[in-house]
Amino acid sequence: MTEKTEVTKDVEPIRLDPSFKYEVMKDHDAETLKICFQCGTCTSSCPTARFSDSYRPRTILRMAQLGIRRKVLSSPTLWLCTACFTCTDRCPQGVEVASVLRVLRNLAVKDGQIPHIYSELASNIYETGYAYKIPEQRHRKRAELGLPPLPKASLDKVDKLIELVGELRLIRSKEGH
Amino acid sequence: MSELRYLLFLGCTIPYRVSSYEVSARKVFAKLGIDLVEMPDFNCCGLPVDPADHEMMLALAARNLSLAEQKGLSIITLCTGCATTLRKVNKTLKENKELKTRINEYLKEVDMEFKGTIEAKHFIQAFKEDVGFDKIKEAIQKPLTGLRVAEHCGCHLLRPLKIMGYDDPEDPTVLKSLIELTGAECLDYTDEAECCGFTVIAIDEKVALQLTREKFHNVKKAGAQALITVCPSCHLMFDMQQSRIERVFNEKFELPVLHYPQLLGLAMGFTPEELAFNELRVNPSKIFEPMKVT
Repeated sequence: MTEKTEVTKDVEPIRLDPSFKYEVMKDHDAETLKICFQCGTCTSSCPTARFSDSYRPRTILRMAQLGIRRKVLSSPTLWLCTACFTCTDRCPQGVEVASVLRVLRNLAVKDGQIPHIYSELASNIYETGYAYKIPEQRHRKRAELGLPPLPKASLDKVDKLIELVGELRLIRSKEGH
Repeated sequence: MSELRYLLFLGCTIPYRVSSYEVSARKVFAKLGIDLVEMPDFNCCGLPVDPADHEMMLALAARNLSLAEQKGLSIITLCTGCATTLRKVNKTLKENKELKTRINEYLKEVDMEFKGTIEAKHFIQAFKEDVGFDKIKEAIQKPLTGLRVAEHCGCHLLRPLKIMGYDDPEDPTVLKSLIELTGAECLDYTDEAECCGFTVIAIDEKVALQLTREKFHNVKKAGAQALITVCPSCHLMFDMQQSRIERVFNEKFELPVLHYPQLLGLAMGFTPEELAFNELRVNPSKIFEPMKVT
């Protein structure tokens, strides 16, 4: 009896959210989610899927169609897309596979799932205009190599844009880090 | 005034880590009569934040495009990531009025506007469409006869097809033809179009390094003496990460990785020093022996 109780405790029903696919398809790049017929060309063309035991684009698209929202958005494998676009170019249905996967990652960020690297890249852009913090040494080296000085982005303008449009929780506060 | 006049969009990775690419590209562009105008005030193309925040990417890319419009010049890039991003946003905003209006509402706050008056392209596309193979052929002074290399186009030079569109991603010929103009032989190998792995290295290092390692195996198996790249990120994976991959998998590759402008520059008669070969991690000197380059 004890054993049976423990098993039951571990089983959690999958919650389906029938509105999830509409939320995804609202993005202009992801309308084609609805026409995926699960042939698997995407997974068989995917460079990551060759070396990962868990990343399968076809599975993620099916889960999105069915509305398995929480599981899709909280899965770390969602971030394994290299954005090579082979899946998109090869899809016989014309599904924008890579773009649908990108929309899903964007929604995961809105849910608070942000891999450290993206927070770092966005913060760098906010602080310097570039995706990397280019050290002073590199600027000096440019002169040594006969390269023109690197222009500085008008940070006030870049930051104003980011504040207007961006998912600001991506930006780590300057005080906090 | 030269007809071949572009704004150079450098992006972030090249000034951060891959100066050899910029040094060699500027040399060969000048030799081909390409007039480069420095792009003032640019910011990151936007691609690095696209997976997390598409809207932020759109705004960052649109600001760059608007800066170029103000200058009245089309953009040329060395990075395939910058090329695909700027091309995609340029095309989308030109075609999608609703999106263009939304992005312009943001840009208005920083006194800018996207109009859709310029183009953006990677220099390989510009070599094909604007410079022309004949002009490049005429600039060859020391053909690299006897050198056998392999190309790595990188995903974003060719994909998505709808955005790039000037070569077949399943059987690309433009970079191969450009390599063969230098007199070097460009070898076919297994899985030429396979991704370098750069974009996922911070998420799953094992997957990324395995992709790179497989590329080395396939290129070596074909008998190539060097791998030729046209993207700073692919180059970082193959050159800078090579010794790490050798350690992790306990294998030796010793495969020199050159930027295409370095290869072309050699054939134009520039010295390895002028083309910043000393900035490469994997020593390329052994490939010079059959070519008698000093």
